Amino acid sequence: MIIKGKVHKFGDDVNTDDIIAAKYLVSTDAKELGKHCLESIKPDFAAKVKFGDIIVGGKNFGCGSSREHAPLAIKGCGISAVIARSFAAIFFRNAINIGLPFLESEEVDKISDGDELEIDLNAGSIKNITRDTVYKTQAFPGFLQELVQAGGLMKYIRNRYCR
Amino acid sequence: MSYTIAEKILLAHTANKTIKPGEFIEADIDLALGNDITAPLAIEEFKKAGFTKVFDKNKIVLVPDHFAPAKDLRSANQCKILAQFAAQQKIKNYFEIGCMGIEHALLPEMGLVKPGDLVIGADSHTCTYGALGCYSTGIGSTDLARGFVDGKIWLKVPASIKFVYKGKLPRWVEGKDLILYTIGEIGVDGALYKSMEFSGPVIRKLPMDGRFTMSNMAIEAGARAGIIEPDEITWEYVAQVTSHRSQVTGKKAKGKSKKPSTMDYRLWTNLKSDADAQYDKIYEWDVSGLEPVVSCPHLPSNVKPASKLGKVKLDQVVIGSCTNGRISDIRVAARILKGKKVKAGLRLIVIPATQKIYLQSVKEGLAEIFVKAGGIFSTPTCGPCLGGHMGILTVGETCLATTNRNFIGRMGSPESFVYLSNPAVAAASAITGKITHPGEV
Repeated sequence: MIIKGKVHKFGDDVNTDDIIAAKYLVSTDAKELGKHCLESIKPDFAAKVKFGDIIVGGKNFGCGSSREHAPLAIKGCGISAVIARSFAAIFFRNAINIGLPFLESEEVDKISDGDELEIDLNAGSIKNITRDTVYKTQAFPGFLQELVQAGGLMKYIRNRYCR
Repeated sequence: MSYTIAEKILLAHTANKTIKPGEFIEADIDLALGNDITAPLAIEEFKKAGFTKVFDKNKIVLVPDHFAPAKDLRSANQCKILAQFAAQQKIKNYFEIGCMGIEHALLPEMGLVKPGDLVIGADSHTCTYGALGCYSTGIGSTDLARGFVDGKIWLKVPASIKFVYKGKLPRWVEGKDLILYTIGEIGVDGALYKSMEFSGPVIRKLPMDGRFTMSNMAIEAGARAGIIEPDEITWEYVAQVTSHRSQVTGKKAKGKSKKPSTMDYRLWTNLKSDADAQYDKIYEWDVSGLEPVVSCPHLPSNVKPASKLGKVKLDQVVIGSCTNGRISDIRVAARILKGKKVKAGLRLIVIPATQKIYLQSVKEGLAEIFVKAGGIFSTPTCGPCLGGHMGILTVGETCLATTNRNFIGRMGSPESFVYLSNPAVAAASAITGKITHPGEV
């Protein structure tokens, strides 16, 4: 799967309260949640996102609460993938489970706001079109690949029990 | 093979013969928890995937506590989704207002978690039960939906980090200070994807309430779990919560309410890390010189001694939450506030974590102390901790809370400020109106 989009750059420790504040957790609708995505740290973020854009964060992206509304809000506002140096563990599994594409890369500091990236999820490669460079990343281990290919956890489980 | 306690518990819940850190496993869960924010999404996913019956009605717990008592129409609807699902699936452990409490104080109190269990909860602070020697971990709504289906969870086996606390805890220094100090030392990702193991002579003497506080905040260092090996203190606690009838409802605790046998205890005392178990890191700290500490905005790792923050003026103090809303927390705060007045213009909000703690506080005259001091004493709710209701901060306001997170906008406006402390510091600060060492009042 190839994803192409413009970068919205964030720093370290972007937490789930930043991604979607608790006051909006009275909905499970991705589109509605998406309208308020990252609003407390970048108030105009959701309005600026174009469908297919990419978030690039630092270390420990998605730390804090277990709210799955966080990756849902990111998906709902039109973001196609998240790249970060590292992800908080619950955000990591939520993103896998709901099928939000993401990659870990040590080279996030070399990516700037507004850069255009091309991500090959299967190969685990990130190409910076603006800077004409390629960044290293690691593809998911086998079990996680299976979940991603099934289209998320519930589809994976459905395949197991409902065939 | 030698194992840490975390690895032993996980191994006991899989079909695997051996396990090692980094491996993906499928494990059988003993209990799955959801609340009014996370369970509606899980129920939606469960139904959307075409499933109709949960794997075991006795192994699911639903607690409306975040926006409950319902703060508005939409949260009322979310609470109703829980009530309807519980009725439809005959889930016994659904706790409506009246027997509800903050989930991570309620479940141990009801005797629903015990040493050696594997517990998943769609709430990041599910790691709290690690204090009982469980592997207990926060997961998402889809994980919970899957747990509803077959009682299983996919997990990556975490490596462990051991924390050894030595010396003697000084006066006013509590479990909260130990965990804040720890997070301050290692950072908010210092235990990312690891299992933290709290040990050493200081932990062995730490009462259960302080242990719950420590395990509760393991997630604030990025950890999957925060485990304490069970001992006599654990045994006494579990025996007590499983043997008596609930003081509130008069009914016997539902679910796993069987009084632990001596055999249980023998098994639990074997729940120890092997002497040659492998750790990623071992930290050893002498905490005899530790002072009460405070996490400053906007990260839990931004830790400073309370005595150095006397210039921070406060608009609000909150005492409560899954971190510090237990009876010993309420008692400490009441002892400091007895016969005193809250600083004029400051709002003091005290929230006992469960109905049982609420009733006990009333019986002991603690509720009266807070009200006479000029504070308020509320029914259990997570409310203010996550900026839900019952004490939202507006632009420019500052709050000292005994809660667990001080992220930007956590308790309301993105332009407000949250400091985190133990209940003694919070109570002392409510009197002076600025962050205060409890020894000063």
